[in-house]
Formats: sequence, structure tokens, C-alpha cells
Amino acid sequence: MENTHRKKVLVIGVIGADVHAVGNKILYHAFTEAGFDVVNLGVMVSQEEYIAAAIEANADAIVISSLYGQGELDCRGMREKCDEAGLKGIPLLVGGNIVIGKQSFEEVEKRFKAMGFDRAFPPGTPPETTIEALHELLDDKA
Amino acid sequence: MKPVLLIDFGSTYTKVTAVDVEAEKILGTAASYTTIETDINNGLRNALAQLEKACGKLIFSETYACSSAAGGLRMITSGLVPELTSEAARLASLGAGAKVIKVYSFQLTEDDLDEIRAIKPDIFLLVGGTDGGNTDCILHNARMLATMAPTFPIVIAGNRTAARECQRILQDCTVHICDNVMPKFGVLNIEPTQKQIREIFLKRIIQAKGLSHAAELLDDIMMPTPSAVLQAMTLLAQGCDGEAGIGDLIAVDVGGATTDVYSIADGMPRQMNTVYKGLPEPYAKRTVEGDIGMRYSIHGIVDAAGINAVAALSGLTADRVRELVDYLGTHTDVVPGDDPELEALDYALASLAIETAVSRHAGTIEETFTMMGQTFVQSGKNLTDVRQIIVTGGSLIHTKRTAQIAAHALFDPANPASLRPMRAEIRVDRTYIIAAMGLLSSHYPQAALRILKKELENNGYPEQTNSR
Repeated sequence: MENTHRKKVLVIGVIGADVHAVGNKILYHAFTEAGFDVVNLGVMVSQEEYIAAAIEANADAIVISSLYGQGELDCRGMREKCDEAGLKGIPLLVGGNIVIGKQSFEEVEKRFKAMGFDRAFPPGTPPETTIEALHELLDDKA
Repeated sequence: MKPVLLIDFGSTYTKVTAVDVEAEKILGTAASYTTIETDINNGLRNALAQLEKACGKLIFSETYACSSAAGGLRMITSGLVPELTSEAARLASLGAGAKVIKVYSFQLTEDDLDEIRAIKPDIFLLVGGTDGGNTDCILHNARMLATMAPTFPIVIAGNRTAARECQRILQDCTVHICDNVMPKFGVLNIEPTQKQIREIFLKRIIQAKGLSHAAELLDDIMMPTPSAVLQAMTLLAQGCDGEAGIGDLIAVDVGGATTDVYSIADGMPRQMNTVYKGLPEPYAKRTVEGDIGMRYSIHGIVDAAGINAVAALSGLTADRVRELVDYLGTHTDVVPGDDPELEALDYALASLAIETAVSRHAGTIEETFTMMGQTFVQSGKNLTDVRQIIVTGGSLIHTKRTAQIAAHALFDPANPASLRPMRAEIRVDRTYIIAAMGLLSSHYPQAALRILKKELENNGYPEQTNSR
């Protein structure tokens, strides 16, 4: 098979009405540098766009950024839509300033996991942490 | 003098244009009614006889032709996600001059196969998946197609990882492999596929459509007529060595059954605070509105624009519009002539046909408010800076109100989301030479461009705005 050394494919982008472009570009470079094949959807990405791109590119994981505090609203229903679109079990990761105000991140993480996310990262997470998590989630799989 | 003959085999007319490429001028044009049933060569003979009557006997050094006869180049495409690879396949086919009968997305079903069997396309375009991406869908669709033992050629232009396996699955069919129409997410690569489609058109379609006898008279280049038009419009916009173009443009051909729109412009966002969404569209883009036409598709205009809009523009009552529209829909050869009622109606219908077709072709912009302030989201092409509109079609040629009708292609303050030109000069192709010049441009680009500019400049109107 010509496919044995296929790079893992990530779909990334900033969800919702969020135009914070800088972190997105940093993540794109960090993930590419780390050996992933990255489909970068940029800013103001809808759930449907992540899913459409993940289907065409046969993505191994979707990494969602949100920096404007509305991430919880924007991410709601994402897992269910992935299931519906045939992306059953695709790892979903989220990070940034995903909620408003001073909340304990443990609580926030719990809520995102209940929504079907595999990982949720607090503000200020370095790309290396996310890359490590991606390896944990993806490396054992064929 | 070096006369060259250009032929356009249409579905109802065969049009011939004689050009002197040395003097760079048109010697004459003629048209003759034809049907494929009555043998296309009769139409050509009649048209040539007319031409000879008008310009005397000409010895042509070269002859080129394009064709949209017998339904044109009928294609079906199948892709994966509707707005991604399926859309890329549709854009590729339209740009190659095809009539896209059906676009499938995701996995083909048995019902779809029945439909494909019934449509009997000239070419099937099979795509899906970015390179290295999804292979399941295109492989499934190849297997499904194989079960129906297709007699039509299949162009495979999907995920390159799956291309050879698709070919093996379809080994009993005529198969052509091309580069992926969407190799990476959001990147269009449609030229290789378009080139392949044109080659198949040359080899197979011409024979199948009874044009092979006529083809013996020709030197070179048979292409679908819309492809010739797109080539002419690209040349007119861009120019060539030794002759400048006129810049970004839109061309609209309002026909009896369909309305074709071409735009030659990159159309990307103009401002920093605008985010582009969706597939980037080709610089030379063609769309066809199958439901918008002056006679066969007259009801489609009314459905799209609303009976009240037709009544308001024509000054007729809604009831009278309904009556006349029903009449014209079945009496497709009726032209307004001196009848003021029909003239008013055709004015309204042509205006709304242009407005509808160009609105569907142009991109849209939406204003949203984010934490960072006002932001715009654009999808499709921004054509607001285009300053040239070229129109053709009987309803625009045989009227005194060409410029007013054409102005409906422009930006409408009542519909600011539609990114149509703010203002533009209007040019009219009165003698239907655009396709002919597209053909000529393959060998004589400078002559074709100069003739086009001359003809269109002589038939132009100063800058218009949408004044409603």
C-alpha cells in the first residue's frame, strides 16, 4: 500500500463569529512542523465547515479554537453532527478562551467532555501540549 | 485578403462568420435554421449559400467550428461533499462548456443509477476526496458505475490515491484519469479536467452527434460553443501579446431556453475586514441558468422574479402578464415586432432574466458583528469593480432599450448583499461573433481580439448604473 506513511490529517480553525487569526496561524505552523497534514479553515468557521473538510480530507482529528468566550455555545452539538455525518468517533479537541469569566477549568473541561470532546485546553496552553495529546489520541490507531 | 471561415453548429441555427485575418475585419455573417434530424450539413450548406450571396465567392484558407448541436455536451458529475468536491466538479464541467444535467454528492444509489441510465450523459465526471483524503466514496461510486456497464466515457479526477483502483474497477469502460479537481482543501485545479473533456468532445461526441461528415471540411478545433465563448471573453479581458484587453468583464447571453453568464475577474475580497468563505471560484467562470430563458423557460423567469415584478416593469396587469407568458411559452417562435404589449413584456422579462442570472452568478456579502467589531463574510466572486458588461441574445439585440435591460446586471441598492458591478459600460454582440472570435483566437489571437474590440465598441453604451 502506498498509504502506509500517510501523515495524520488535522482540520483546524477558529469557530463561530470569532476573527482571532494569530493563534490560528501559530497552531497551523506548530502542527505542520510536528509532522501533521493540516487543513486550516482560518477564522469564523461553522461546525458544518469543519465536518465537510474532515470528510473530504479523511481527517484524523478536528482541533477547534475559540478565543472570544462564546466557545461553549459554538461547540454545542458538534459531536452529534459528526456522528450524523459519518465521522463517528473522530477525536475532537478544543482550546483557547473557551468560556467567559473566572470559572474553574476543571468544571469547564467536564462540560466539554460531556459534550463529546476528547480534550479541552485552558487559556495559554502551549502548542506542544496539544501535539502531545494528539499523539496520545492518534498514534495507536492504524 | 486571407478569408477564414468560422462555423457555430447550434441546436436551432448554424451560424457562419467569414473573417479576413489580414485586414482584421468581418467579411460577413449568415445563419440558417437546422435540426440534427434533418442533417446538420444542409444547414451549413444553406448558411454558406447565404454568405456567398452577401459577400461573393470566398476561398477560405482555414475553417474552424464549434458546436452546441444535439443538446450540447451533456454531463453528469459525482463528488463527495456538495459544497466542496461536487461543486469543484460542477465548475470544471461548466467551464469546459458542458451542460451539467445532474450533480451527485456522497454515495451513488441504485436509484441514481436508474437516473443516469435514463439521462445517458455524453461524459461522466467522477471525483471525490482531496489528495490523500477520503477514498471510500469515489471507490464506491466507481463500483456502482461499473455495475451498469456504462457506454459513456468516464473522467476520473478525484483523490489521486484512489485513481488507479477506480480505473481497475471500471476496466471495461472508457476511462480517463486526470489530476484531482480539488487536490487540497479549498484549492481548485480544474484545467486538466477541462482539457480532457474537450479532447473527448473532439474524438467521440462529434461522431456520435452526426457532425463527423461536417468535420471533414474542417481544419481543426471543434469545441463546445460555450467553451469558445469563454475563450473569447478571457481574451477580451486579458488581452494578448501586442494587444491590450479591456479588463475584468461580465458577459450574459439571454437565450430562449437558458441564460449563460460568464465572468472574467478574480473577485476576491477587497477589504481587510472581509473573510472569504467557501470554495474559491475560477478566474474565468461560467454558469448556466437552465430555468431562465425568454421562451422555453419563460415561466422560470416569472417563478424566480415574481409575477408582480414582471407586471411592474412591463406596465401590464398581472393577469395580462400571465396570459401572454402562457402564450409565449407554447409559441416559442413569436417575437415582439411592432406589438407594444409584447415589446413591454419582453423588456421586463429580459431585464429580470439578466438580474436573476447575474445575481446567481455573482457572490454575496453578509455583515456580521464580532467582538472585534464589524466584519464581512463574502462567498463567491466580488464583481463590484467590474466595469464592462457584454450582452447578447435576441431580446437584447432587437430592442431600443438594450442599455436599460443590461443595467439590471448591475448592483442594486435594494439588494446590497449581491456583489454585482457598481456601474459599467454596456456592449452588445449584435451579430453573434463572440463564439466565432473564440475559435479564431486559437490561431489568430491578435486579429480575434481587435475584431472583438472594434465590433463591441461600435455597439456600446456609456457607463450605466442601476437607476431604480
